[in-house]
Amino acid sequence: MHEALIFLAAAVVCVPLASRLGLGSVLGYLIAGAVIGPWGLGLIHGIEQTQVLAELGVVLMLFVIGLELDPRRLLAMRREVFVGGTVQLAVCGAALAAFLLAFGLAWQAALVAGLALALSSTAIGVQALTERKELATETGRAAFGILLFQDIAAIPLIALVPLLAHAGSPNETPLWRKLAVAGLAIAAVVFVGRYLTRPALRLIARVNLRELFTAFALLLVLGVAELVSLAGLSMAMGAFLAGVLLADSEFRHALESDIEPFKGLLLGLFFISVGMTIDFGLLASRPGTIALLLMGFLAIKITALFAVSYALGIRVRGCRFFAFVLSQAGEFGFVVFGSARAAELLSPEWEGLLTITVALSMGATPLLLLFHGWLLGRRAQAAPPADTIDATGPVIIAGFGRFGQIVGRLLLANDVRAVVLDHDLDQIESLRKFGYRVFYGDATRLDLLQAAGADKARLLVNAIDDVNDSVALVDRVRESFPHLPILARARNVSHYFELKLRGVDVAERETFESALKVGRAALEALGMDRYRAREMADAFRRHNIASVDATLPFYQDEARRMSIAKAGREEMERQFARDRERFEREHGGGGWT
Amino acid sequence: MILVIHAHPYPRSSRSTAALLGAVRDLPELEVRSLYDLYPDFDVDAGAERAALERSGLVVWLHPIYWYTVPALLKQWFEVVLAKGWAYGEGGTALQGKECLWAVTTGADEDAYTEQGKHAHDFSAFAPVVKQTARFCGMRWHEPFVLHGAHIVTEPQLAAAAARLRERLERWAAQRQAR
Repeated sequence: MHEALIFLAAAVVCVPLASRLGLGSVLGYLIAGAVIGPWGLGLIHGIEQTQVLAELGVVLMLFVIGLELDPRRLLAMRREVFVGGTVQLAVCGAALAAFLLAFGLAWQAALVAGLALALSSTAIGVQALTERKELATETGRAAFGILLFQDIAAIPLIALVPLLAHAGSPNETPLWRKLAVAGLAIAAVVFVGRYLTRPALRLIARVNLRELFTAFALLLVLGVAELVSLAGLSMAMGAFLAGVLLADSEFRHALESDIEPFKGLLLGLFFISVGMTIDFGLLASRPGTIALLLMGFLAIKITALFAVSYALGIRVRGCRFFAFVLSQAGEFGFVVFGSARAAELLSPEWEGLLTITVALSMGATPLLLLFHGWLLGRRAQAAPPADTIDATGPVIIAGFGRFGQIVGRLLLANDVRAVVLDHDLDQIESLRKFGYRVFYGDATRLDLLQAAGADKARLLVNAIDDVNDSVALVDRVRESFPHLPILARARNVSHYFELKLRGVDVAERETFESALKVGRAALEALGMDRYRAREMADAFRRHNIASVDATLPFYQDEARRMSIAKAGREEMERQFARDRERFEREHGGGGWT
Repeated sequence: MILVIHAHPYPRSSRSTAALLGAVRDLPELEVRSLYDLYPDFDVDAGAERAALERSGLVVWLHPIYWYTVPALLKQWFEVVLAKGWAYGEGGTALQGKECLWAVTTGADEDAYTEQGKHAHDFSAFAPVVKQTARFCGMRWHEPFVLHGAHIVTEPQLAAAAARLRERLERWAAQRQAR
C-alpha cells in the first residue's frame, strides 16, 4: 500500500512534467524511478518484486499489439522478422562484441554481452512507435518485426550462456529438448487461443458482468504468459501470440479496452523499475568508463542499425528513425548479464557496468528521438521559399493516404495542380517519383498551410485519417483562412457532426458510399433489377443523410439523438413500405410494360 | 447481325416488353444489350456501345413508351453514343447504311391514340423525333413495330405479337443473306 502510493505519486508528478518539457512519457517514468529508487531518495527497496510485476506491463502491451495485428499482416511480415532480424542481430552483435573485446573481456564474455546488447527494448521501441503512429508504416513495421525476432532469439541466447561458460552440469537439459518443449508450448497456446478461448469468452460474456470479463481477460493473458515461460520462452512473445490468435474474434475490442488501463499502468511501472536499477553509486565511481561504454555502444549500434535498415531497403530518412528507435539495449540484457555472472562468465563489476549502460541507453532513446524530430523540423523550416511559392496551387490536399490519393489522382487527371501535405515520409518519397508535389509536415501547422498557399487556394481537401488532427485542421483553417472552403473526409458519424458543427460544407462519411454499393450488389444478387437496386440505395442515402442531419442540433444530447434516430428509422421503414406498394401497383401484376 | 438495344428499368417486372424480347433473343446472329442492367448509374460506356453498333446491320430499339418517347436511359444513350464525328457531322459515318427498327409497347389502347382519344394524336405523331434521330445518323428507318394496349392484351394476343416481331427479324436476316 505504502509502495503503491509512492509509485503513483512519483508517476503523477514526473510524467506530466516530462511531457510538458517535451521529453515524452517514457523519460518521465525513468526519472520517477531514479528519484524514488535505492540510489535516489531510497523510498523503494525491493526492486526484484517490482520488476516481476512490471514485466506484466510488457506482457500486456504485446498482447494488445497482437490483438491489433491481423494474422495475415503478420504473415506478410515474414521477411522483416526473419531476414531483418537475423541480419540485425549478426551485424550489431559482432560489432558490439568486438567493441567489448577491446575493453579486455574474454571472447566468450564479449560474445554473450555483445549479442545481449544487440537486442533492443520491445517496451521502449513499441511505445515510441505507437506514440508517433509509426507502427503501420514501412519503417515501423520493419522495426517491429526485428523486435519480434529478438524476443524469439533471446531464448537460445540465454541457453548459450552456460555452454560458453563450460559450466553445463550433467542434469542441464539439452538444447533440442528445450526447443521441443518450446514448440509444444506454442502449439498449446495456438490450440487454446483458437479453440478454447472463444467459447469460453462467449460463455463469460453471457453472464454480463463486466468485471468478470476483465478478470477472464487478465487470466487468459497471464495464463498464457506463465505457460510459455515455463517452457523457457519469453512471456511477452506468448502474450503476443495469444493476441494475434484473438485478433479476428468478435471480442477484440472488448478485450482491448479492458486490458488497456492495466497495460498503461504496468508499463509505467516497468519504466519506473528500469529507472530504479540505475546504480548511481557505480556511476559516481566510474563515470569515465561508463560514459565511454555508453557512447561507444550507442555509436556502434546506431551505425550498424542504419546500415542494416539501408540494406533492407528503407528510405534514408526512415533509416535514422529506425536506428534511433532500436538504439537502446533491452530488458533481456538484465537477464543475460545476471545469468552470465552466475555462470562466472562475467565479473560482478562488469555486470554492474553493463547493466547501467543498458538502463542509460534506454533513457537516451527519448532524447535521440527528440533530436530526430528537431532535425526534421529544421529541414521543414529550411525549405527554400522559392520552392514553396512555386508549389502553391488551386487545391490543397491534406492527408494523402488511401482516401486523399483517389481525390488527388482524379484532380491530376483533370490537370488540376494540387499541393499535397502528408506526414508519412515513406509515402512522400514514392509519390514524388510520380510527379506529385508532396510536402512533409503536420498539416495543422499554420506555417505549413501558409507555405502551401492556403491564402490563395480555391479549396482545401481534408483527407486526414486521424479524427483529432482532422478537426484541428478545420479549426486552424476557419481561424486563419476563413474564406477557404473545406471538403472533408469523415471517419464516422460523430466525426461528421464535428465537421458540420464547424461549418464544413462538404463532409463525406468515408465508408458510406462503398457500403451502399455493396448493399446494392446484395440486392442484385438476391434477384432485384439493377436499376431498382440503385433506386432503393438512392432512397436510403437521401433518408439516411436527412436523418443524420436532423440529429445534428442535438449532437451533445445522446438520449435525444437516439430517439430522433429511432423515429427516423421508423419513418424510413414506412416510406419504403409505401414505395413498395406504389411500385407493385405500377410495375407489378397490374403493370403494362 | 442484329443489335437489340433493350431499355426497360425493371426487366423482372416487365410483361409485354419481356415477351417481345423473349421471342427474339434466341435468334442466331443477334446481340441484346439491356441498358438498365448495364448502366444502372447512367454511366453509359460509349466505346462499348459503339463497338456493338459497328458490328450490327440492324439496330432494334426495344422499350416501353414513357411520356410519348424513349425511357430516360435510352435518351442518355442517344446523347452519349451518337456523337458528332462518329454518328453524324464531318467524318461521322459509322451508322451510314445501317437499318433501324423501333419496337415499342404502349400502356393505352389504340383508341387513346386518336384525335378524340386521351392522347389527342395518332401514335405516328410521336414517332418523328426518334425517326429523325436515326435518319440524321444515316440509318434506314423501318416501319415501327407498335404493341398497343399492353395492359389489356391477353396472353394469346401477346404471344401473337411476339411472333410477329420475331418473323420481321427473321425476314430481315433472310433478305440480308440473299443480298
